[in-house]
Amino acid sequence: MSDVVSELRQRLVPEDRTYKQISEDILDTLEEAPSKGWLIGFSISALILTIGFLTVAYQVGTGIGTWGLNKTIGWSWDITNFVFWVGIGHAGTLISAVLLIFRQRWRTAINRAAEAMTIFAVACAGIFPLIHAGRPWLLYWVFPYPNTHGSLWTNFRSPLLWDVFAISTYLTVSLVFWYMGLLPDLASVRDRTKSSIRKLIYGLLSFGWNGSNRTWHHWEVMSLVLAGLATPLVLSVHTIVSMDFATSVIPGWHTTIFPPYFVAGAIFSGFAMVITLLVITRKVLNWENYITMGHIDAMCKVILVTGMIVGLAYGTEFFIAWYSGNEYERYCFINRATGPYWWAYWSMISCNVISPQFFWFKKMRNNLVVVFILSIVVNIGMWFERFVIITTSLHRDFLPSSWSMYSPTWVEIVTFIGTFGLFFTLFFIFIRVLPGIAVAEVKSVYKFARHDH
Amino acid sequence: MKKDFIVAIFDDEEKLLKSAFKARDKNIDIYDVYTPFPVHGLDDAMGIKRSFLPYVTFGAGATGLLFAASYQVWTMAIDWPINVGGKPFISWPAFLPITFELTVLFAAHSTVLAFLVYNKLFPGKSPVIMHPEQTCNKFVVAMDKDKVNFEDAKALFGEHGALEVKIQNVDMNP
Repeated sequence: MSDVVSELRQRLVPEDRTYKQISEDILDTLEEAPSKGWLIGFSISALILTIGFLTVAYQVGTGIGTWGLNKTIGWSWDITNFVFWVGIGHAGTLISAVLLIFRQRWRTAINRAAEAMTIFAVACAGIFPLIHAGRPWLLYWVFPYPNTHGSLWTNFRSPLLWDVFAISTYLTVSLVFWYMGLLPDLASVRDRTKSSIRKLIYGLLSFGWNGSNRTWHHWEVMSLVLAGLATPLVLSVHTIVSMDFATSVIPGWHTTIFPPYFVAGAIFSGFAMVITLLVITRKVLNWENYITMGHIDAMCKVILVTGMIVGLAYGTEFFIAWYSGNEYERYCFINRATGPYWWAYWSMISCNVISPQFFWFKKMRNNLVVVFILSIVVNIGMWFERFVIITTSLHRDFLPSSWSMYSPTWVEIVTFIGTFGLFFTLFFIFIRVLPGIAVAEVKSVYKFARHDH
Repeated sequence: MKKDFIVAIFDDEEKLLKSAFKARDKNIDIYDVYTPFPVHGLDDAMGIKRSFLPYVTFGAGATGLLFAASYQVWTMAIDWPINVGGKPFISWPAFLPITFELTVLFAAHSTVLAFLVYNKLFPGKSPVIMHPEQTCNKFVVAMDKDKVNFEDAKALFGEHGALEVKIQNVDMNP
């Protein structure tokens, strides 16, 4: 390889590698014994998951009276956490589908991990409605199958049922999209491993993939088709989630701005989570040559843009509340900013609107410590956003005599922390047993911006 | 079943691509090419027709759309209509979200299924391997020995930078 560099474009893989070395850099970690750091991280996550699981068992056994809800606030942490996790998932699909359609080749290094994150986050989200159903073993009642409950169908006019369809479509489509992308890399692991057990397992998982160009041709068309389907799908999912609120008549919820506002917020939080995970992963696994500062920089810019869309939405909401002349709507927003939950509102504003402004500066985008901290701050802010929307709208609505306050019980807090246990346990397993970077796709963009191209 | 193939092995996709086009010009029939990643242009060189998969997507999507729309109308307006404040039974705007979701659900899964079935990929299938590194860093052109003259192939691919051109006995049902 020559050392002539294109002046116009940054290389996607800065240092020179052969194709074989790319495979080694990314896949060798699957062949090695787990590191101490991995064991510690995995153990902590698994411990948190176990505690979370026991807490879920307790509340399913006792009933959701163990939560801090009351007759005024019938929804709070459960749905907050649900929306929080679903939102995080959105970045994965955005990276794998939307950036594929826009031919953003830098996506190849981060799409695998981001899609895995999507699937794990949606799994975490699903836990909350599952518990809230009270009797999770009857959850199949949400599907419109012919039944003997008096021929009573599910209500297709309910946004909660739309959610069922949106989330299950999203989860399964993301899963197959991710898995089809994994096939070539699983085959690569199968062909290079020396261990016969690994050969057997990855042989089963790779479906007999052999890199035939006839198969590749269909594979590429399929990827494009799935990306084309996943793009409107991901937008529809958070749109429908926002309709859980927007189709109601509660002040603060009954607004048409919700769908785009929720989608922007979802992308915002999702990219923050991708950064949180990958800043650590690239360091620990020495993937700095693949997940480069250029990637981090690009993701910070996405956060900056979506953060400002979210900020614009906050402003618009406030303006329309005043402009509508509806006194309940006006009160709702004044109450958000100055009422008993003011601290939640201002945490949201400072984390989501103010903190991303640091990303205007290249120096900040290139400072991994700043980027890492801000990525966590953004997700704290996005959690507060959902809490503010849900709880402050409910706690003071039309009738002052039914106004109330809400605070979570330990059960809700531990359950929420438990879902982080699930998320990180799954991520730790993923990074050990599956190729964390799409090796084949990175190879296909390796020559981008190299001298002979 | 075992079969003899002429295989030309490359370590660079551009040399491979150039020689594949030359092979097309000289009417050397390529059975298949095995690559670690999709090489753009190879489809033209091999004369692969455009994939049929988008038709499956469209058909399945249309099926999902019609199914979801008619199922919701049937349950909500025909089989068990419930009067909600005198509102119309066929409240079609409320049926749109699920109609959309099922369109995507049917289209996506059918496309994937059609891809797997057509390419005969399934869990536990043993791959046909021409070169142990074809999923890592080697690009392998395979030609049917009965259809292609070995000397012609050797001359053409050798000239375009193949590492090796040889006859290989390959197990087609491993």
